[in-house]
Amino acid sequence: MDIELMVSSFPKLLGATVITLKLLSVSLVIGLFIGLIFAILRLNKNIFINRFAYGYSYIFRGTPLLVQIFIIYFGLGQIEYLRSTVLWVILKEPYWCAIIAFALNTGAYTSEILRSAFQTIKPGLIEAGKSLGISNKIIFYKIQIPIAIRQSLPAYGNEIILMMKGTSLASTVTLMDLTGVAKYIISTTFKPVEVFIVAGGIYLFMTFIIHNAIKYLEKKYSFN
Amino acid sequence: MELLAFGDTGWGDELFYATLMTIAVSITAMLIGFLFALIFTPLKLSKNKFLNLIANSYTTVIRGVPELLVIYLLFFGGTGAVMYVASIFGYNEYIEINAFITGAFSIGIISGAYSTEVFRGAIQSIDKGQFEAANVLGLNKFGKFFKIILPQTLRLAIPNLSNVWQITLKDTSLISVTGLVEIMRQSYIAAGSTRDPLFFYSFAAVLYLLLTFLSMKLINKLEVRYSRGY
Repeated sequence: MDIELMVSSFPKLLGATVITLKLLSVSLVIGLFIGLIFAILRLNKNIFINRFAYGYSYIFRGTPLLVQIFIIYFGLGQIEYLRSTVLWVILKEPYWCAIIAFALNTGAYTSEILRSAFQTIKPGLIEAGKSLGISNKIIFYKIQIPIAIRQSLPAYGNEIILMMKGTSLASTVTLMDLTGVAKYIISTTFKPVEVFIVAGGIYLFMTFIIHNAIKYLEKKYSFN
Repeated sequence: MELLAFGDTGWGDELFYATLMTIAVSITAMLIGFLFALIFTPLKLSKNKFLNLIANSYTTVIRGVPELLVIYLLFFGGTGAVMYVASIFGYNEYIEINAFITGAFSIGIISGAYSTEVFRGAIQSIDKGQFEAANVLGLNKFGKFFKIILPQTLRLAIPNLSNVWQITLKDTSLISVTGLVEIMRQSYIAAGSTRDPLFFYSFAAVLYLLLTFLSMKLINKLEVRYSRGY
């Protein structure tokens, strides 16, 4: 066991954790927004809108995240037309490609979580709102959305942890996130166990924090 | 379409064999995962605190650390570990571990952590009366487990195991980093030599979708079979 290497690689890995956290938070915010939109589309009675939203979540949940990143990073650059538009400013950066892929991926899972949360809201609650003469819009924003968010907290907590692990794939498109730096140190020192313990420890610590934060929120917003 | 032709001119046959490789790795990994679950589920359910701790550390670490990191650990550390064990038995030559074994084993460890949780949940949700009834009937330990508990566990576990299978199948794309030629690796090679990454990665996505779709159909049939009588 090379303790010295573990101590010396710790600051480097911690620095890379900042990139991991940035990737995670930005893609979660965008993903939540996408998820909410697609969850609402799924509840739409129009069959085309409905199918479109289902197709989106089916494709992104049925394929590996790695394929999605590669299509966006390596694939989209191939389209000549895209290279001449403003979008190219974003798409030529591996950082933004990774975020787009993560956001679309987590958006698909989030839409499923929110959809099932919307569907499990007791109709009585909505009827109660209606009988009080509250408009449909206000019922949606003040009754359905808060309850749906509370209902989906446990599942969404899992999704955050899965996404945190997913950000490790950013290292495959040249980004030096926690896993990227860990791999670099492993391949230069050939000490996989030591690096794994430090990098894995940082990931576990983040999992622990997320897990407890969600638990706290669950308790705070519980019905009883 | 020329790109997908079979034979020397296209990548059709290469991608076909790569798909078979993905299926083979996924099934092997899933089975290795079951083996891990077979070891760790009893430890999780045991009353011994120390055994609990071992099983809990396994599932917590694996489920809290990125799959890619686990793969790197085994890819770079696997050979060293095996050679160390071999040296204890007096064998000091260089041993090279095949990419298939490393890949299937690393995905298997990951899939095993999820399977363990699924089996633990399923066994815990079986009614206590079932265990008692088996005792009253005078069944021995094996009879009790294989005739009474296991069939009920399977029924409860299959829906969640199908999720584990989906995760396992998708995770196999990550072992392309170790050089095993499965769908992802083959698409990478084809994309590199034809300079058409958009087409090949999209085709890879279609192949994965096809695999998840077909396996869901199959699992649904299993689910129906094991729910007979309910």
